[in-house]
Amino acid sequence: MSILVNKHTRLIVQGITGREGTFHTRAMMEYGTCVVAGVTPGKGGMYYSGNEIEPFPYPVPVYNTVADAVREQRANASVLFVPPHHATDAIFEAVDAGVSLIVTITEGIPINDMVLVYDYIKKKNVVLIGPNCPGVITPGEAKIGIMPGYIHTPGNVGVVSRSGTLTYEVVAQLTELGLGQSTCVGIGGDPIVGSRFIDIVKLFNEDSETNAIVLIGEIGGTAEEEVADYIRQIVKKPVIGFVAGQTAPPGRRMGHAGAIIAGGQGTAAEKIYAMKAAGIVVVENPALIGYTVMQVLSKN
Amino acid sequence: MKIHEYQAKELLRKYGVPVPRGGIACTIDEAVAVATRIGGSRWVVKAQIHAGGRGKAGGIKIATSLEEVREQADKLLGMRLVTNQTGEEGRIVRRLLIEEAVSIEQEYYIGITLDRAQMLNTVIASTEGGVEIESVAAHSPEKIFKEYVTPCRGFLPYQARRLCFNLGLKEKAVEQGVTCLRTLYTAYTGLDASLIEINPLGVTDTGALIALDTKVTFDDNALYRHPEYQELRDYYEEEPLEIEASAVNLNYIKLDGNVGCMVNGAGLAMATMDLIKLAGGSPANFLDVGGTASAKTIEAGFTILLKDPNVKAILINIFGGIVRCDRVAQGIIETVKNVAVSVPIVIRLAGTNADRAAHLLQQSGLQFTVAKSLSEAATIVTQIVQSRQ
Repeated sequence: MSILVNKHTRLIVQGITGREGTFHTRAMMEYGTCVVAGVTPGKGGMYYSGNEIEPFPYPVPVYNTVADAVREQRANASVLFVPPHHATDAIFEAVDAGVSLIVTITEGIPINDMVLVYDYIKKKNVVLIGPNCPGVITPGEAKIGIMPGYIHTPGNVGVVSRSGTLTYEVVAQLTELGLGQSTCVGIGGDPIVGSRFIDIVKLFNEDSETNAIVLIGEIGGTAEEEVADYIRQIVKKPVIGFVAGQTAPPGRRMGHAGAIIAGGQGTAAEKIYAMKAAGIVVVENPALIGYTVMQVLSKN
Repeated sequence: MKIHEYQAKELLRKYGVPVPRGGIACTIDEAVAVATRIGGSRWVVKAQIHAGGRGKAGGIKIATSLEEVREQADKLLGMRLVTNQTGEEGRIVRRLLIEEAVSIEQEYYIGITLDRAQMLNTVIASTEGGVEIESVAAHSPEKIFKEYVTPCRGFLPYQARRLCFNLGLKEKAVEQGVTCLRTLYTAYTGLDASLIEINPLGVTDTGALIALDTKVTFDDNALYRHPEYQELRDYYEEEPLEIEASAVNLNYIKLDGNVGCMVNGAGLAMATMDLIKLAGGSPANFLDVGGTASAKTIEAGFTILLKDPNVKAILINIFGGIVRCDRVAQGIIETVKNVAVSVPIVIRLAGTNADRAAHLLQQSGLQFTVAKSLSEAATIVTQIVQSRQ
């Protein structure tokens, strides 16, 4: 088992014929992800097999609407490579077409647009990952997103993070130490994301193949405190945590729209305090996250 | 994106929010001219900088004659104003807002922003106007009232009424308060703001509401919908290196440490800064060249990093996923060849083509220390920092 994605996931790529869409569709296909269709309004009816620089291993049918792709190809997940000003429309379209998982890579969606999206999806039976995220990967089965596949290896550590490259760093540390991953989820760096730490940790906690959870937080908001409280009450699996941004100045947006200490709230110190209080093993040195996971697992 | 008080008031005035009559002045004569045009016998002279805490720091003065307007303008213009939000270096006052002084009987706080835990916009009101809302939240949270706005219904009249009743407004003031709050919410969404604050919202001796101080911050992600906001940007309020970085779409934040760093991805950049601190150093900056950085953006970022005179050592930490490390190495080598670099450079490249990158760096004949892992990079940085102390 794993969470969210596996080899049976039938994926649609919204924005497949764009530059980013083409590049990453090829990488996802080569990793083994089952890409069943693409959606580009106005290009429905064609088969797309990439371009000269990024040839696909197999051609996929392109549809004008997500609903057509879902109906014709029995797709159950969608990934969005759509620019910010079209992204929320694309999310709504995917929700209404009935896919159960939507991964939004797009960075830079206005906050108020995401307020609307979140209000809508919380009443629907759909999981939204992102926006502003690297995506989800179940090593050895499927990857939906932009992460480099080869650094991952199948195993039993669940990874959830607000970051992209910091997640790759942690995954590479785990892989080098022989610690494989069940699923790695980048939830995104925006103030509003479809799935928060607590949503993913719940899934990992229920997943029989996940033995330990690595939680990579950062400054801003209260998602770390929220999940810490849940872990304290419910989770029996070992959780190893890290919070980036201990040296971040208040009031400045540290790259991610959501990484900001506002009104004295959202500091790394507060989050680390809450996580330690919940029994999470908090690592101070980002170079030692993998090593700490290994130590914790050897004790259990 | 931050703007000045006078710009915020102008925007809110257009929506119908009551604000004092006033005007902007960049010289002493202009200040007197504005005061003359407004008329009356009492004026407020307000320093315009992108930071709060101006009143306590002496940046807001009352004048009771045109002569006093002239005196206060003379004192404030060109002054280095240090408030609890500016840092030690403070900000140079280049503009003044001259307003009619209004007699106030009561002051309130009004704010609208996103509540990240609820994922909803929130209208916040407090009876404690004129003080920092954070300190009210810490000491007397019972004096803060909130209404969450469900996006499909919007900010409803009953919610505005409830806030007004909670504030203790009576009769005519309730009606005015409801109008004012709902107008503010319309402005918040219309302007694509991430924060609107009226602090204080005053009640005059005639019972009218008036926004005495206003703060509007725009959602950076929504700026593409408002090209007109570019005119509101005040470059004097930004670090020159940050302006240069933003022109090439790089996320750079100047800090006061001595170890410069360049990283791809915001999370890894913050983690690298933390690592520098753990190693006994202090980060000179945050620089995220992006998760998909090309050799060109690496060059641009590296160039900006080298312009900070406080930098005594540089740590480059790139995790090559989509970006290939050998391309990054080429970018670094080209830059170092073109710019005279006098500080030690520690480079850690991991991921795609990292071996080829290490080879390129070693073959370049330039002075780099190549670290194989994050912890090795930290150790080397520690040694450099310690040897320079």
